[in-house]
Amino acid sequence: MHKLDKKAANTETEAPTLDQDVDLNRYTDRLEEHSYIDDLAELNTSDAEQMSRVGIDTVEKERIGTFIQKDSSVLHCKAKQDGVEVMGISRAVKKHDWLEKYLWKGVDPDTDKYTRQAKLKPTEGYFIRALPGVKTEYPIQACLYIAKKDSSQNVHNIVIAEEGSELHIITGCATAPHVVSGLHIGVSEFYIKKGAKVTFTMIHNWGEEVAVRPRTVAYVEEEGVLVSNYISLKHVRTLQMYPTTYLNGKGAVARFSSVLVAPTGSHLDIGSRIVLNAPETRAEIISRAITTGGVIIARGNLVGKYPGIKAHLECKGLILSDGLMHAVPELEGHVAGVEMSHEAAVGKIAREEIEYLMARGLDEETAISTIVRGFLNVDIEGLPPSLKKELDAAIAESEKDMF
Amino acid sequence: MLQIENLRVEVGEKEILKDVNLEIPPGETYVLFGPNGSGKTSLMMTIMGFSGYNVTGGRIIFKGQDITHMPIHERATLGIGVSFQRPPTIHGLKTRSMVELCRKNTGTDVDQLAASLNLSEFLDRDVNENFSGGEIKRCELLQLMAQEPEMVLLDEPESGVDLVNMRLVGESINRLLGRRLEPPKGECHRNLIEKKAKSALVITHTGYILDYITADKGQVLYDGVICCRRNAREILKWIEEFGYKECVQCTN
Repeated sequence: MHKLDKKAANTETEAPTLDQDVDLNRYTDRLEEHSYIDDLAELNTSDAEQMSRVGIDTVEKERIGTFIQKDSSVLHCKAKQDGVEVMGISRAVKKHDWLEKYLWKGVDPDTDKYTRQAKLKPTEGYFIRALPGVKTEYPIQACLYIAKKDSSQNVHNIVIAEEGSELHIITGCATAPHVVSGLHIGVSEFYIKKGAKVTFTMIHNWGEEVAVRPRTVAYVEEEGVLVSNYISLKHVRTLQMYPTTYLNGKGAVARFSSVLVAPTGSHLDIGSRIVLNAPETRAEIISRAITTGGVIIARGNLVGKYPGIKAHLECKGLILSDGLMHAVPELEGHVAGVEMSHEAAVGKIAREEIEYLMARGLDEETAISTIVRGFLNVDIEGLPPSLKKELDAAIAESEKDMF
Repeated sequence: MLQIENLRVEVGEKEILKDVNLEIPPGETYVLFGPNGSGKTSLMMTIMGFSGYNVTGGRIIFKGQDITHMPIHERATLGIGVSFQRPPTIHGLKTRSMVELCRKNTGTDVDQLAASLNLSEFLDRDVNENFSGGEIKRCELLQLMAQEPEMVLLDEPESGVDLVNMRLVGESINRLLGRRLEPPKGECHRNLIEKKAKSALVITHTGYILDYITADKGQVLYDGVICCRRNAREILKWIEEFGYKECVQCTN
């Protein structure tokens, strides 16, 4: 057995390989239903608090749209800007006949048992669309929330940015405080048309025993841009995703950043794959990962299929206490003339850096947390200042558990 | 201000400082010369308390306190500040935040300080990331100016600094040490300096910095011992003329 596999097998989970199986029978698909609320002020305080931790602003200041799903029900949705649609997927399918041809076009329902579950037992999801040329001034916020324990929430999300439009979306996924265990399956398909731009920031804050299986595919056409940010700082039992993005039009760009912290008992297997299919396409994958005892497998796969494309992958991991940090950077160049590079580094905080800060008067603990905060501080494009503040606070909070 | 008595230091298994004695009075600037590998940087790192520099004998006294085994940050808080020769890059930490962390008085205007060192546009860059040699030196001074230490240790502050910025670096050091010539403001210059001047130990290889700062005394560290104490300029002249050959005789 490979050394790393062995180590993963030795963590508290029983699965012998790096792939963690989730037993679907453990979870009920009879989800709770909730009635629609007209105003987010009607949210109960504990829900509102959980949601605000994943970037949902219940006052909706500086948000042009909101989608809140609790268990299987759409609690609230609205779009405050003309030319922007925000609604539950079931309503969207009824409204737009043409939507059928987008559903399951990117993700094959037969991909695995999770996609099959999402196909057979769907529990809503969101539809967000910007009409041609429409640019959102502020982000749209979407929240997928599990309030019933041991339930399986199987959402299907569709995001369409029509030609020349700009969409900015913050998706927060969380569980109610009393929900320790649950399953979240999220099939997401992104269609970014010619010259459109989507900035997508996803923040996860799950219950300790929650299993999460997002399945995402994105298509980016000519001169389109996808900026995707992913943040998971809290304990989650198992989270596995490997979104694939196809840059199919000339000059399309994709940039993926992720910030991951894995406390003891967490298992994160997170990667991004970007296929550069067209001339002058560019791609970048950046991840910053810290294990404080959990398992992180940080994958990245760049596939260059056209001469002159540029792609870079950067994966940095810190081990603050024994766990597993497994960086798997992959570059696949299929033709001559591709320009692809990667850098991966796994290590600990350099003593020299700690002492440098101590020489400026910081005690050792403050010096270490300053370095850790810096390490996680990837410049995340499109993060509104308020969310940046929340992210900093979340990082500061999770630091408490680190030492 | 700083007294070093019979200091012996090992790095790895190797004895680097053999029997160093040094005393720097309050408000005075001492210059430390010495060839590569003579132990100059090791002495500085030992005074600051960095790991890897094992004190096997002697002691270091600062402001009357024995700091030989004190943690680094306590020495810093007590009033020692150091400018590093090759400091590490701190990824994700903006220079502005770093200077704010160093700041002794929260009232210190970071922007103004940075402007005085021609570093305004560096405030929003990560600490030392892709800085040139000279930029690193200026950035170190910027942090020290915010830190306002009473005793400053400068490791080759002029190395890598281009001629245009040399004067700026010199002026900044004078300002840091409270020894900059300023237009008289009612009080005589002597009194001002006496009141404000900080102590300093400056390592220099080339001596260029002596054109800009006032050295009260020079010392030569050769093969782990201080073998010479004279006027700094005089020592520099000897070294320029004869190299460190002379020191071999003096240490024997």
